[in-house]
Amino acid sequence: MDIHEYQAKELLSRYQIHIPRGGLAYSPEQAAYRASEIGGDRWVVKAQIHSGARGKAGGIKLCSSDHEIAEAADAMLGAKLVTHQTGPQGKLVSRLYVEEAMDIEREIYLGFVLDRKSERIMIVASSSGGMEIEEIAEAEPDSIIRATVDPGVGMQDFQAREIAFGLGIDNALVGRATQTLMGCYRAFVDYDASMLEINPLVVTRRGDLVALDAKMSFDENALFRRPQIAEMRDKSQEDPRETYASDRGLSYVGLDGNIGCIINGAGLAMATMDMIKIAGGEPANFLDIGGGASPERVAKSFRAVLRDKNVETILVNIFAGINRCDWVAEGVIKALREVGVPVPLVVRLSGTNMEEGRRILAESGENIIIAETLAEAAEKAVGAWRSYTATKAA
Amino acid sequence: MSILLDKNTRVIVQGFTGKIGSFHAEDMKRYGTNVVGGVTPGKGGHTHLGLPVFNTVKGAVQETGAEASIVFVPPPFAADSIMEAADAGIRLCVCITDGIPSQDMTRVKRYMRRYRFEDRMTLIGPNCAGMITPGEALMGIMPGSIYLPGRIGIVGRSGTLGYEAASQMKALGIGVSTSVGIGGDPVNGSSFKDMLELFEKDPDTDAVLMIGEIGGPQEAEAALWARDHMKKPLIAYIAGLSAPKGRRMGHAGAIISAFGESAQEKVEILKGAGVTIVPTPSSFGETVADVLAAMTKAA
Repeated sequence: MDIHEYQAKELLSRYQIHIPRGGLAYSPEQAAYRASEIGGDRWVVKAQIHSGARGKAGGIKLCSSDHEIAEAADAMLGAKLVTHQTGPQGKLVSRLYVEEAMDIEREIYLGFVLDRKSERIMIVASSSGGMEIEEIAEAEPDSIIRATVDPGVGMQDFQAREIAFGLGIDNALVGRATQTLMGCYRAFVDYDASMLEINPLVVTRRGDLVALDAKMSFDENALFRRPQIAEMRDKSQEDPRETYASDRGLSYVGLDGNIGCIINGAGLAMATMDMIKIAGGEPANFLDIGGGASPERVAKSFRAVLRDKNVETILVNIFAGINRCDWVAEGVIKALREVGVPVPLVVRLSGTNMEEGRRILAESGENIIIAETLAEAAEKAVGAWRSYTATKAA
Repeated sequence: MSILLDKNTRVIVQGFTGKIGSFHAEDMKRYGTNVVGGVTPGKGGHTHLGLPVFNTVKGAVQETGAEASIVFVPPPFAADSIMEAADAGIRLCVCITDGIPSQDMTRVKRYMRRYRFEDRMTLIGPNCAGMITPGEALMGIMPGSIYLPGRIGIVGRSGTLGYEAASQMKALGIGVSTSVGIGGDPVNGSSFKDMLELFEKDPDTDAVLMIGEIGGPQEAEAALWARDHMKKPLIAYIAGLSAPKGRRMGHAGAIISAFGESAQEKVEILKGAGVTIVPTPSSFGETVADVLAAMTKAA
């Protein structure tokens, strides 16, 4: 789960990380008022969306008067910002963060992630801040410093000092840098983060170390014990299809194709989507219905998939392990009658009692295309989608 | 024979008296697994499903001589249960629980390293379907009926995709020595490589099918190990060809975040290591059959 820059900064400031003075604004007037509260003569207006690379998309503006602030705020609020991380549909700007501008001497990259290879928290730092880490890795691979933390004892001061010296930070600022690194580590652990990035962390002309931007993501499996983080969720930043499904306990990822998928198990779901692609179609979504595939869950899944107006065929692929295919078949028919599916429906059932399941589907009188193998299911779905779109066009 | 689990393995169930634990304990007993008891703190001394219940794993090990445990404990408490098993001298622990926080798992992995390698518990999972040695024993939630006893080892992350592969093989009369689900979490117990090492040593396994997916470094690590150390044929499939970068596909670990983690990149690495690739998820059966035919011909 992602949070906004202002939320991450507020959280990090509780861990002795210095941040610029700033305030949140929901209107141009409020933005100008925030600037007057902060004081000074230069401010930055920043669109709060869950994405990096906001500057290039017009989401960050340096201003030096009330008028400029109000103008920048007016342009950003209600707009959809498109960055290379948001996809072409962009993300809605409904909050702004107004900050004092900093006099920057140098920029540093600082990131904390859970490294899957070492199975530890890894610190990644580079003296080439401001760029994205992928760009740094390509342009200045030697500038990247990495260190991992032993989960048994946690991060030690010497590790933070080594990184600070490695970054070439002035002796006078090394203490501050150590505090900043240790603070980040503690925040990461205390809130079950999965990623924390300060890019850039800047050395100011006045000799301070300040987080100019901050990004944090959290482990969704740990939200049960981090209610204060769960509360920061901003649904306006999510794909509405995904919000609808996740609110109903379904694991769903929206994609750009036309064939809606309802499958049990994440691996089988990915494999079925691959099979659709091999057959010449494009999946509209990933959906793992989870264990059970009860009539209620099937009905919920139909509704979730059909909310995507691009869906022109639905493929259901259930491998019945614990449950039985005849029971799943009855569930599919019940859900179908309840929800009403206006597009072609292909169903493939496999596993326990599959013959019985197929017989129930065939004898239901409903318009269901039955498939026996995975390959056949994908081919029939793509075929049904082609004839559906051909009929619609004619 | 098999790896890790056979009909003599003495198994206890952690989270024994809960709804899910009870359901699967019955199912495992029915399959022939030597279930000798269970653990539910506070219910020690009772009898459940005709078996003794213990307060602690240590108590269960002392009384029953259990060597293996399967964990059905809810996510907030599951990491603690795994560490309890490791401390009690359990040799094999299978954790089915889905939704354990990653930091809990990094702590579990660190904790397990307190023990010398020879004494260290083998952890399978979490967030997995478990393991089965067909015809002998089941420590998991998979349907036993789809596996034919035989000589092919299977190791995969996903439950239902593993079922798909096993049933395609069964349809062609190809059986399985042991099938292991290592789970879909970013930090998990045994890796693909760990399981390949065991299958390579197992005299009753002739070839191995590895079912991977997008995200993480484990498939590439396994490919390099197989290239340098494996004599038995390795066959592999990677799910997630159509998955976009940066989006998590159901499993917490199925997210492409670095180079070498996409399905295409993993397939290239595996091919480069001489591994036979299953081209589509509907050709598990025939690809394994082809490899077996080539082995027979060579011999």
